[in-house]
Amino acid sequence: MFSDKCRQSYINELNGIKQQGIFKQERFIHAPQGAEIEVEFPAGASTKKVINMCANNYLGLSSHPEVVKAAHEGLDVRGYGMSSVRFICGTQDIHRQLENKLTEFLGTEDTLLFPSCMDANAGVFEAVLTDQDVMIADRLVHASIVDGMRLCKAAQDTYKHSDMEHLEAKLQEHQDKRNRMIITDGVFSMDGDLAKLDKIVELAEKYDAMVFVDESHASGFIGKTGRGTHEHCGVLGHIDIITTTLGKALGGASGGCVSGRRELVELCRQRARPYLFSNTVAPVIVYGALKVMDLISKTTERRDKLEQNTIYWRKLLKDAGFDIKEGESPIVPVMLYNAKLAQDIATDLYAEGIYAIGFFFPVVPKGQARIRTQLSAAHEKHHLDKAIEAFTKVGKKYNVLGKGKKEIIEMYGM
Amino acid sequence: MDDKEMKKMVLDYVKREYLEEGDDREITESTPLISGGIVDSFSMVSLKRFLEKKFSIAIPDADASPEAFDTVNSIVALVNRFIK
Ligand SMILES: Cc1ncc(COP(=O)(O)O)c(C=O)c1O
Repeated sequence: MFSDKCRQSYINELNGIKQQGIFKQERFIHAPQGAEIEVEFPAGASTKKVINMCANNYLGLSSHPEVVKAAHEGLDVRGYGMSSVRFICGTQDIHRQLENKLTEFLGTEDTLLFPSCMDANAGVFEAVLTDQDVMIADRLVHASIVDGMRLCKAAQDTYKHSDMEHLEAKLQEHQDKRNRMIITDGVFSMDGDLAKLDKIVELAEKYDAMVFVDESHASGFIGKTGRGTHEHCGVLGHIDIITTTLGKALGGASGGCVSGRRELVELCRQRARPYLFSNTVAPVIVYGALKVMDLISKTTERRDKLEQNTIYWRKLLKDAGFDIKEGESPIVPVMLYNAKLAQDIATDLYAEGIYAIGFFFPVVPKGQARIRTQLSAAHEKHHLDKAIEAFTKVGKKYNVLGKGKKEIIEMYGM
Repeated sequence: MDDKEMKKMVLDYVKREYLEEGDDREITESTPLISGGIVDSFSMVSLKRFLEKKFSIAIPDADASPEAFDTVNSIVALVNRFIK
């Protein structure tokens, strides 16, 4: 029973979160996902039209007419739900078709769909590693990977973010284990930087280790034909396990997968608990995703446009005098260092019609607060021109233009 | 090995293992490592393994709490419990 005392303890806990200034509130969007959206915030306020700079809608396919049309068709020919997990009676022909498409696109041997990439990451390590193995992860991997590693009995270790010397030292230290697995994100979601997969594969060969890459923020647009970070780094076919999501560039609905060496994927089919004990993606989504795979296999138009937008936006921010994290991905963090400053600027940007979010500890390290902007192929030049106008106006107000880390911290503290 | 030497050894390891290049934060024996955001609980495992190897001890998981690992001082106190 939920006694008054019990309730009070939870109220106190929630108040603690509020006092720390990290209480999260949802914003209701009254429109399909896109470059321009209608947002109700705070709850009950009248809606406001804003330019969206914080979606993972990298290829602008979330509301693409052809994808929506395909989803309708899926609903008509394969129904709404499966009412079963995959291995009982929850697998349709189209699920396997989508897996084959993903295998081909990612350049792997086989693929298994999961309800989400969070689920793929939660299940994969436990399915393929034992207590005789070791997992060696980059310290900035996504939270879902950290959770998956916690569920696995293999020994754990970490290396400093993208520090290849440190990784090499760890690989040497763990030569006594049966199998080693290097674990990294392809594109890191908070900094937007790319893993050095060419170097990682080289080390993996030297020290007999498998390579795991989470390509959630890369699949569909990183690399010349959008296959991902492994394509960009010239190591297609050398990654042993790729996990990725259908919930970002690839249509943005939901679903994830484990793709890679045949035997590892098969072990996931036998053992991965989120695959075994949860329904997979609905037929509607499979149909939509098949259309997405079709669209991005035919032409690189959308990823090329995203690349152009990225180059343009990075230049606009730099020319305006913002301190950004350099890189090539469509994730562009504007560094502000101070948590309150990041929040205040995000609030002012919203008032100017720009929707971007401030991130701070514990999501990013202490003293690394920022506003993360994300580009989309759905953005047109006029969106970005309007956005930079707002950024410049707000940047002036807070006197951060032309200022670096040291100066901003001097003004606002860490 | 006396406490002073142990503290220096642990401090050196923490700096080498957890500070990124260009990170000029000053770390002393009483700097909060975990609550201070220098070591996260995800990366703490290598510190535990280092201590176990270096001092030939086994620290049960139940004792390897974030509180016990929060400063070099508390870490050395923990290690001493298992050496003796
Ligand atoms: C790197 C990374 N992996 C996995 C996920 C989880 O993806 P999904 O929404 O499919 O569970 C995310 C999404 O936030 C992510 O950024």
